[in-house]
Amino acid sequence: MPIWVYNADMARAATTADAFNAVAEPRRRQILDVLSSGERPVNDLVKLVGLAQPLVSKHLRVLREVGLVDVRDQGRQRMYSINGQPLKPIHDWVKNYERSWSRRFDRLDVVLEELKQIEEEDNGSGK
Amino acid sequence: MAVASSGTAVVTLPTNTQILITRDFDAPRHLVYKAWTTPELIKRWWSGDRGEVTIAELDLRVGGSWRYVMTANGGFEVAFHGEYREIVPNERVVSTEIYEGAPEGVAIVTHTFTEQAGRTTLTILMELPSQQTRDAVIDSGMEGGLQEALDHLEQVAISLV
Repeated sequence: MPIWVYNADMARAATTADAFNAVAEPRRRQILDVLSSGERPVNDLVKLVGLAQPLVSKHLRVLREVGLVDVRDQGRQRMYSINGQPLKPIHDWVKNYERSWSRRFDRLDVVLEELKQIEEEDNGSGK
Repeated sequence: MAVASSGTAVVTLPTNTQILITRDFDAPRHLVYKAWTTPELIKRWWSGDRGEVTIAELDLRVGGSWRYVMTANGGFEVAFHGEYREIVPNERVVSTEIYEGAPEGVAIVTHTFTEQAGRTTLTILMELPSQQTRDAVIDSGMEGGLQEALDHLEQVAISLV
C-alpha cells in the first residue's frame, strides 16, 4: 500500500505504519543503508546485515508496506531496492530544526569574525 | 557587517534518542569556545533570529550551572538551564540541558571542538531520554511539527494521483 493511502492522524498511532516508525528500527535503517548503494537480493542483505533470513524478510516486509522498499522478480531471485520518497517528510522535518541552528550559527560567524580581528590587532601591537 | 557563512549546519538523527548537529567555523577553536562560553558573546548569537537573549549566565566548572533566557519575537520567554558534567577547555563540554517548558526531558549534550588548519568543527550530540522527547525537540524547529509534515506529504501525494 503506498504511503499516501494512510490517514496521517492514524499513521503515528500504528507501530510500523509510516516511514517515521519504519526507520525508527536500527536494523531497518541498516537495510536501507545497504540498499542505498543499489538493489540486492535477500541473500546479500542477510550476509551484509548479519541477521537470520526470516528476520530480514520481516523487516523488508515493513519497509515495503510503507513504500520505502520496492521489489521486482529477476529470474528466480527477488531484487529489493530503495525508494526515498516516503523519507521526504522526515527530511523536511529535520530541515526546519536545522534552519533554526543555521541562523544561530550565522550570528556566531559574525561574533567570531570580530574576535579574530581583535586578536590580530592585539598581535600586531606586539602584545 | 556582512560575513559569508563559513559552513552549513548539518543535523542527523544517529539513533532514536539522539540529535547530532555539526558545523564548521572559519576561526580557531579557542575563539569558537570563547564565543560559546562568554555571556556577553552568547547574548549576541544564541537566539538566532527568533528573539533577544535577556539572560546568559554560566558557572563554567564541573557541577556549575548555566541558564539562558530569550524573549522570543512573539513576546513569550523561552528558558533553558543545565549543569556542567565535564569540561576540557577549548575541546569538550558535557552538560545537561533542560527546557523549562518541559522540565522532565533532561538532555545530555556533548559539545566537541576540533581544529584543523585554523578552522573549527563543532559537533553537538544531544542524548534525549526518549524518542518522544527527541521528536519534540526537532518539532520545536517547525511550526506545526511532525503532523504538519505528514499532512504536507499527503497533499503532495494526492496531487500525484
